[in-house]
Parts: sequence; C-alpha cells; structure tokens
Amino acid sequence: MAKFFVNGDPVDFRAAPDTPLLWALRDQLGLTGTKFGCGMAQCGACTVHVDQQPTRSCITPVSAIEGKRVVTIEGIGSTSQGATARAVKAAWVDKDVVQCGYCQSGQVMSAVALLQRNKSPSDADIDAAMSGNICRCGTYQRVREAIKSAAATLKKA
Amino acid sequence: MKAISRRRFLQSSAALAGGLVISFWLPGGGGRNAFAQAAPAPKVSPNAFLRIGKDGSITVMVKHLEFGQGVNTSLPMILCEELECDWSKVRYELAPAGPEYAHTVFGMQMTGGSSSVSNSYEQLLTVGAQARTMLMQAAANQWKVKLADVRAEKGFIVGPGGKKLSYGQLAEAAAKLPVPEKVALKDPKGFTVVGKPTRRIDSLEKIEGRAMFGLDVKRKNLHTAVVAHPPVFGAQVKSFNADKVKGIPGVTHVVELKSGVAVVAENFWSAKKGRDALEIAWDLGPGASINTASLKTQFLETAKTPGKSAKKADNADAMKSAAKSLVAEYQVPFLAHAPMEPLNCTVEVRADGAELWVGSQFQGVDQAAAAKALGLKPEQVKLNTMLAGGGFGRRANPASDYVTEACEVASKVKVPVKVVWTREDDIRGGYYRPMYAHRVEVGLDAQGKVAAWNHTIVGPSIVAGTPFEGMMVKDGVDPTSTEGVADTPYDIPNMNVQLHTVNPGVPVLWWRSVGHSHTAFVMETMIDELAAAAGQDPVAYRRTLLAKHPRVARVLDLAASKAGWGTPVAPGRARGVAVHESFGSICAQVAEVSLNGNEIRVHKVTAAYDCGLVVNPMGVEAQLQSAIAFGLSAALYGEITLKDGRVEQSNFHDYRVLRMNEMPLVEVHLVPGGDKPTGVGEPGTPPVAPAVANALFALTKKRVRTLPLGSAKWA
Repeated sequence: MAKFFVNGDPVDFRAAPDTPLLWALRDQLGLTGTKFGCGMAQCGACTVHVDQQPTRSCITPVSAIEGKRVVTIEGIGSTSQGATARAVKAAWVDKDVVQCGYCQSGQVMSAVALLQRNKSPSDADIDAAMSGNICRCGTYQRVREAIKSAAATLKKA
Repeated sequence: MKAISRRRFLQSSAALAGGLVISFWLPGGGGRNAFAQAAPAPKVSPNAFLRIGKDGSITVMVKHLEFGQGVNTSLPMILCEELECDWSKVRYELAPAGPEYAHTVFGMQMTGGSSSVSNSYEQLLTVGAQARTMLMQAAANQWKVKLADVRAEKGFIVGPGGKKLSYGQLAEAAAKLPVPEKVALKDPKGFTVVGKPTRRIDSLEKIEGRAMFGLDVKRKNLHTAVVAHPPVFGAQVKSFNADKVKGIPGVTHVVELKSGVAVVAENFWSAKKGRDALEIAWDLGPGASINTASLKTQFLETAKTPGKSAKKADNADAMKSAAKSLVAEYQVPFLAHAPMEPLNCTVEVRADGAELWVGSQFQGVDQAAAAKALGLKPEQVKLNTMLAGGGFGRRANPASDYVTEACEVASKVKVPVKVVWTREDDIRGGYYRPMYAHRVEVGLDAQGKVAAWNHTIVGPSIVAGTPFEGMMVKDGVDPTSTEGVADTPYDIPNMNVQLHTVNPGVPVLWWRSVGHSHTAFVMETMIDELAAAAGQDPVAYRRTLLAKHPRVARVLDLAASKAGWGTPVAPGRARGVAVHESFGSICAQVAEVSLNGNEIRVHKVTAAYDCGLVVNPMGVEAQLQSAIAFGLSAALYGEITLKDGRVEQSNFHDYRVLRMNEMPLVEVHLVPGGDKPTGVGEPGTPPVAPAVANALFALTKKRVRTLPLGSAKWA
C-alpha cells in the first residue's frame, strides 16, 4: 500500500508495492497519456514529474513515491508549471512536431522540466535533457526547434 | 511492396481471407461496391468516406492506418480540395475494417508501399466533388434554381443574389440525392488546399495524452495477457509449471497457446510478473542451431554460385572480355522494426461475434485471421483501427501473429483481453528485415568504363509462404529481394542479377523501404567505388550513367547544389552522396560526417526529393526527416544477431536507435511539379546509409561494405 498524489489528487494505492508507477497510472487510475515503451528507463515514453523532477515511471515502484506529488501529461497544464507547459504545447503544435505521437507525452514532460530550470537552453542543453527520450519517427529536429520557440515565448511573457 | 495487378491481387486476397470477397472502389461508381455483400453506404454521406454533420462538422473517414505518416491530415486535405469546405471544421475518424476501404490498387484494406496518398488521390478528390455536387443540388432544389446558378464556397452554397446555406443545413437533403456518376475534377493549378503547408489535425490530442492508441483501449472487465514466447524460433512447449504464478495477486488465468504460454491478470504488472515466474520446458527443435555468424559465411559462399536470374546480360560473355574487374562483398543484418508502441491487440468475444481493437496495417487480413482463430465468419468480427505508435511494416504481417495470439487467449479465457508484448518480446519476436549478402563483380573496359556487372544476392524471401508469394514471385525471384538492383536507373551494360532465396528459419517481414533498405546501400556505395576507381567526382560520375534518366539526374543535381557539393567542408568533415529511386519517387542525399574516435557523427543531410505532386509539403518534410532518422539508426547501429537460436538483443540498450544528440540537421528540398503523388514515407530511407558510407570513405579512404557502419573499426 502506498499513498501519494497524482495531478493534485490523493491516491491510496492498494495493489502490490513493487508495481511501477507507470502501471499504477495506466491500469489503476486510467491515465493512459503516460506511455509504455521499454520498461527499463531507456526510452522516456513514461516520463512524469515526481516532485517536479522528470522521472521514468516504468522503473519507479509506487513504494518509492510515498507522500510525493506526481504530475502526468494529463495534469501538467494546471500545475505551477502550467505556463511552461502551455508554451511547450503551443510550440509543439506550431512546429508540427508530432508524427505517430506515441513518445510525445514523454517528450513534452522532459521539455517542460528542462525549461523550468533553464530559460535559454543551448543545443547542448537540449541534447543533455532530451537524449533519454527516443522517437522512432525521428521528430528530433522539430522537437529542438519547438523547445527554442517555447523558450522565446516564455521570455516575452 | 511492388505494384501488382489488381486482378491478380483480388484473386489471391480472396484466398487469403478465407473466402471473403474483397471489394474495392470503382472510380466514378458513385460509392457502390463491386461486390454485392459489401455494407450499404451510411446515411448522410455520399459514401463511406465522408460525414457532414448538421452543425457543419466535416468528418473524413481515413481508410489507412495513421502511424506517424500523416494520413489523418493528408487524406482529408485531398477530399476537402474538391469539397470547398472550411478546413478548420475538418475532423478525421479512423475507418474500421471494411471492404469499402480497400486499397484502390491492391484490392484489400492495407497500409504499405508508401501508397496511402497515391492510391487515395483520385478516389478522395472524386468523393469531395461528388459531395459538393450533391450539396449544390440540394441548395438548387431548395431555391428552385439550376445547378449552374449555385456555387460552393468555404462550407456554404451560394446562390443567386448572394443567398447562402451552410453545408450543415444542406447535409440531410443532400444525402437523399443520388450520387452523381460523373464529376469533373479541378485543374490542379487551381488547388487551394492540396499543396499548401498544413499542420497536422491530430497534434493536440497526442501532445496532451488524450489520443487513443491500441495500448490505451479501455473496456469493462478488461484483462491483460503477457505471453511467454519460445526462446528460439519454432520451439514448442513441452510442459510448464505455473505453481509460482498462481500465488501472484491479480493473476486470473494461465493458458497454453500455439505460440507459448499466456498469463492473464487484472493488470499488466501482475501478468508480467506471472509470465516471468512461469517454468517452461521447451522442445527447442532445429531453431536452436541458428547462428548469424555462420549464416554470414554461408551467405557469402552461396553468393559465389549461380542463382535464379532476375536480370540477364545482353552479352553473356561480356565479363570475360573485360580489361579489368573489381569484386566486392556486402553484408546487411537482420533488423527489428522496434516501433515505440509495443505490439498489442484487444479482443472481446461475445455471443454473436467478436470485436477487436488494434493498430493494424492489414485490417482485412487481420480481420480474416481473427475470424479463423475465433471460429467465426469475417463479417462477425468488427475490427476497430486504433492509432499506432509507429509500425514501419511490423503491423502488416500476413501471418497476423500478435492478432491471432490475442484471439487465441480471448477464446480460452472468456473475458475481454488485451495482449501486450513487452519491448523484449518485440525485439526478440522475429519478423525482421532479412539479413542479406551481395556479391558484385564489375568488369571495366580498357578506358575504365563499366562493361559488365554480375550481381548476386543471397537472403530469405519476405513473401515466401505467404499469400503474396503466388502473385509476386516469378521464376523463383522474390522482387522484394532484388528491387533497387534489377531495376537500377544507371546505364549499366551487360548486367546479370541473380538471387538465392534461402530460409534460415528466422521469420522475416517488410521493413520501411523493404528491399531498397539494402539494395540502395550496395548500388550506391559500389557506384561511388567505381567513381573513385575512375578518378572522377562522385556526382559527375553518376550523371554520366543517368543520361537516360533525367528525372533522377535532376534530383541528384538539386541535392548536390543545395549541399554546396564541391565547395570546401569544415576541417575534419567530409561529404558523401547517394541517390535512389523507390516507390515511384526519387531521393538524393548529401551527408556531412566526421569521426570522434570510432564514433560516427552525421552533422547534416541535405535531401532533394521528387515525390510527384505534393499534397502537404509540411508533412513531406517531416516524413523525410523521419525516413532519414530511421535509416540512420540502422546504418549506424542496427543489428539483430542470433547465437544458438537466441536473439542476443532485447531492448533499446543493446538494440541502439538514434537519439536527439545524434540527429543530423536535415534540410529538405522538394522538386516542384508532378501531376500525381508518388511515395513519400519510405523513399527517404534507402539513400542515407550509402551517403554516410560514401562520406566516411571520403574522410578515411576506408570502404566498409558491412552494415551497421558503427561496428567497423574507423579509428
């Protein structure tokens, strides 16, 4: 059993404590925006924020997040990071980043975390923050453009 | 996949579907289906492709699988070009399996061969024009004026004196009118939607995590199954012990399948833990002796012997009279598709039939396979097409492997079930791009010109043993093994192309760009080698062999000029070029590379693309970036190896794919013109491996003829 918060709501999780947060979100809470890609923190499709830190939910057991605040792609727009999330989403649409879209929840969550701590990320900063998020469609170039565009929008705000 | 005659395909696909008669669209046929048993056209629509709501909403049914290539946007664009509607009101809906959604060339519903736009083009322009005409007629009837006195404009029909009715207001009346048999289509010069850079209409739902992929399907009492697959291909379960599984909370069933043992549970994690706790004794069979290391040697030895002829030299003795000859051997490995969304399929069996939810490239084939597995008729199986997180050919399996598996589980456990493959199941599950060896001998005359070319290819056949075999294999040659060589645009005299089809027992399948994924590498690095041997510039040398193919030469020239070919490159870097035709399109690429120790860095790829008439330039640019990233993953890193039948890779840590920090800057230049669309999704993949290999040669003078390039010693 574990107690934590998801998108602001308290969760009382009663299934096996070794259950990865990813599957607690998807199977128990029905939050399917967070994706399963590899199950071993290799691809980043399952990225959520735990106490504002980008976290691979596929290898994070619920027992490790007792009392912590989890934010998923479904909730990121209405948190204290909402302004950053909105700028990122708008840039993603404007730059037409998405292809199949399966990895994009994770890409957006990683990008929001990057822009929260770095207002003007360089190419090297983007490489460092985003290289854990695999995209088999190869949307990387537009992801990079969108992050820079979102950063510019946030500076103006 | 090669274009084949519709008649032949219809015959074979009927056999494939177990007697199901496959329908197809008759251009100008008013939406009727060619065969009587097809479903009647739904109400309030000129046919199955379009719904106009009373609120003015326009819903276009997308008959192809959306798995990144952008059909949710490009196909509605085509229809709306003729419909004259308000683009901001356009929505997409994924079409389920149905005969009315058959591919207009292949005769069955499918997504592949870079043909979604090209086969839909006239069909959807026609549907749009028919619907517009019906809306115009409905308005003319209401106003009691002639059809010629009304016109369509941005979602309204405008009549004499400027009176207007919206499409929503007219939808109901229009739907009662007969579908016009013949409609005139616009001159493409007047297009306002087709050809305009357009953002995808399915972006936001994917960015916000709302989009429903197959893996996201929710049903009442839905269970999850994870399957223990054989450790080597073809192995059978001898016995199994599930004692340690039964105590795992959430596990509900353990069932033996043809493909292994399934653990079914209330959630994924319980099913996965259960699967991992199974103790299974396998009868391994001959699959346990498969070793890719020895296959490589065997393939190269076989390549020295005569195979089935795919192309014969005019003069069989030309090689003997050559002044000089050059021999090169090439090897490419098995490759997994590794789409981001692991394979999955949801099945719900009910008293009167069954319903499936699956991201399928082969809806009709999968529907028929599901029916067979469930003991139902195809029309009793409703197959809902879900968004798919990539596919690259893996979701177009004539064997319907994961679909059949899900049906088998569902029929045994009697609860709705979603079969989920883990990444390890995917990487180790077979249906790979085949490994191949090529042996090329080129004879040169006294002036150094190519006088003869003997080319032998060895590898498994993708279509052997499938319903495609009968219609595609001719004289023992599977064209998916030789495409890109036997039909090269280069003016090569006395060319012999031979094929050895071998079956090492590893399941194989089409993989983005199919045969071109290896033939372009061989042809374009060999041509580069010949240019170097002749002391000529690689672009200039290619041009001399392309005199009869000005369209190819033009694309090559465009890439070269945009890349600054011939101008100095930054210190430590070098450029390489390649051009290749596939799926009716031509793509040329110039890659700029450097080496950091043994690590290859591709800085930039300048690409020129002739893909005919461009429907959405923004989408084509994205597809070219995508095709290059996909091709680079394979060119630099991709390799599936087997030792004693076991696949040695399992996940993204040992089956490496391109990441953000490795992505080159891709610059896209589209060749203008073209009166019809040709392939878009695949033709960008083949040129990147040879362009990078040729750049590495320019940098190091080392010629590497084995993929992946990243495994070679460069430093």
